[in-house]
Amino acid sequence: MKFLDEYRSVPMAKKLVRQIHQRTSRTWTLMEMCGGQTHAIMKAGLDDLLSPCIRLVHGPGCPVCVTPMHVVDEALDLASRPGLVFASFGDMLRVPGSHGDLRGVKAAGGDVRVVYCPLEAVKMAIQNPSLEVVFFGIGFETTAPATALAVLQARQAGIRNFSLLVSHVLVPPAIETLLADPDCTIQGFLAAGHVCAVMGCTEYVPIADRFKVPIVVTGFEPLDLLQGILMAVTQLEANHAQVEIQYSRVVRQDGNAAARTLMESVFERISANWRGLGEIPASGLGLRAEFSAFDARKKFRLQKFEDFDPVECISGLILRGLRKPVECPCFGASCTPEFPLGATMVSEEGACAAYYRYRTPSTSVPHPLP
Amino acid sequence: MPIVHHERILMAHGGGGRLMHQLIESVFLRPFGNPVLNAAHDSAQFLPPTGRLAFTTDSYVVNPIFFPGGDIGSLAVHGTVNDLAMSGARPIGLSCAFIIEEGLSMETLSRVAKSLAEAAANCGVPIVTGDTKVVERGKCDSIFINTSGIGIMEHSLCISPQGIRPGDAILLSGDLGRHGMAVMALREGLQFESSIESDSAPVHQPVLAMIQAGVSIHCLRDLTRCGLSAALNELAEASGLALQVEESLIPVNEDVHAACELLGLDPLCVANEARFIAFIPAAESEMALNVLRSFQVSGNAVCIGQVMNPGDPAVLIKSRMGSIRLLDMPSGELLPRIC
Repeated sequence: MKFLDEYRSVPMAKKLVRQIHQRTSRTWTLMEMCGGQTHAIMKAGLDDLLSPCIRLVHGPGCPVCVTPMHVVDEALDLASRPGLVFASFGDMLRVPGSHGDLRGVKAAGGDVRVVYCPLEAVKMAIQNPSLEVVFFGIGFETTAPATALAVLQARQAGIRNFSLLVSHVLVPPAIETLLADPDCTIQGFLAAGHVCAVMGCTEYVPIADRFKVPIVVTGFEPLDLLQGILMAVTQLEANHAQVEIQYSRVVRQDGNAAARTLMESVFERISANWRGLGEIPASGLGLRAEFSAFDARKKFRLQKFEDFDPVECISGLILRGLRKPVECPCFGASCTPEFPLGATMVSEEGACAAYYRYRTPSTSVPHPLP
Repeated sequence: MPIVHHERILMAHGGGGRLMHQLIESVFLRPFGNPVLNAAHDSAQFLPPTGRLAFTTDSYVVNPIFFPGGDIGSLAVHGTVNDLAMSGARPIGLSCAFIIEEGLSMETLSRVAKSLAEAAANCGVPIVTGDTKVVERGKCDSIFINTSGIGIMEHSLCISPQGIRPGDAILLSGDLGRHGMAVMALREGLQFESSIESDSAPVHQPVLAMIQAGVSIHCLRDLTRCGLSAALNELAEASGLALQVEESLIPVNEDVHAACELLGLDPLCVANEARFIAFIPAAESEMALNVLRSFQVSGNAVCIGQVMNPGDPAVLIKSRMGSIRLLDMPSGELLPRIC
């Protein structure tokens, strides 16, 4: 497929792997931020091809994973209410709260609808004036502008039956939190290309300077990832720590100004709780006071739910790059995609789910007949 | 009372009285008519054919009921005929039961019935018995159809998961994911322009032709819900063997590929309606492929892998990059990803 197959070329990938091996004098630990990148790495088996010179650890860049349980419980509460349509991105439907998931609420009669774009939820509200429509605003800087646009459209249309359950979060504060951890072993970052397509790269410069880590803004295809790793390794070997853009076919230094303006006009930065990481100051987005009429928490007077993660789950350590999924005794045993214990298994893009889905045959690989 | 007087299905159309008889005669018997059905008895009567029989049933609840490349009527024939074909059976009779939602337009019902009748005629299989029920508005989604089928196995092969042997070639009858993506493209909230058509079609002809050509088929499995991944995992489990396929050999149409990329779905886990895998002794795989490729429905058949020496039952996939990983059983519900 045009614009895709070019970035999956096997001969080019092999060449880049060779270059990475040649350029490394020791093992470097790199973290890819985004769940989509983790997924692509595991699917193509890049971690095996790069071992032992590169150790890849997997960051908290999966919005489904880091959504705290109290927010999922808020979603379940709203979606169970009669006369209310709860519109959500598809993969939030199977994320368990403290008592089931949205699929269960739907089965019990809740009106839960999958949308691909927040504007579809606004349209639903206009078409169904007798129903309340709540959109589940989840995701990083990638999805927040579309949520902001939905709010502005709803205000312009003068509709009162549309509101949002917002749990948008921001990447740079999470990177700073990871790097400030005294146990941190991460020596370089592959930042998420799509986030920087919106936000640009300037926010990352002070982080690279302060913590002396190279940050390479990287895409999502195997060649993107290998090239991003090569760029990070080249910096590390030369003792450099700069922000570079590998994903230059999409990302500009200053990002997408129109999308940022939308976000800033609707949201303000607030402290947010990340599943697996805990509270991070100024890492979330909340509706500005002038848009509080669209805040489903206020509109429906939601109760406060508690966050809870099973004690045996090590997803916090995995999200901080301190452990790999296979180092968890629960992995694949008491914790599977069907019965996830914690953050990194709940979403298909979580690191544990990616390891589980693309796991290699363990001990004895059967061989083909001669 | 002519049918034009009722533009929509009423509860009385399922009540067993005059309206129901009128509905059956005008909407169903006319297109379906054949001597066995026309006898209008409670059960179909026919002489038992010689040979082993295959018997299967399936219910069809697809939404939307009309989709590019087919509709619930033709699907209800193809699905059941294909289930029989997976035993190498020639279909000899179908039953057909309709559960209709009150308020469905008579025109829609006629269209579905006509499509179902045409599909059955194209497969050369009569509809020998049927049933009609009407449920209150909201109790079903427009129309549900159940078809059961009886087929005759005119061969001595034992086509089953237990017949799979180490070294067998795994053949795939065509490209993956058309039906699932054609339906998903129409789903509420997922509007994107697409020219993808469902692959819904009968596959008994190429299967019977393989048998006639002397291919000693070990196992067949159609790739319906959850696609190739689920079928391979079921067969690995049932046969107790490891199956290995190669990603680069699995054909996926470019539009399906693009739609899957857009929605974050894996074409290997997407539903098909006219695709199947065949486990064939490696020495006969070329012959089998030549037969399959002589039919339009399986014109792009390819060998995608092989059955491994005894080991733990598992499905392995060799990625384009050369690494080997497990191909997992899909969770059962395709949900588009956020990003």
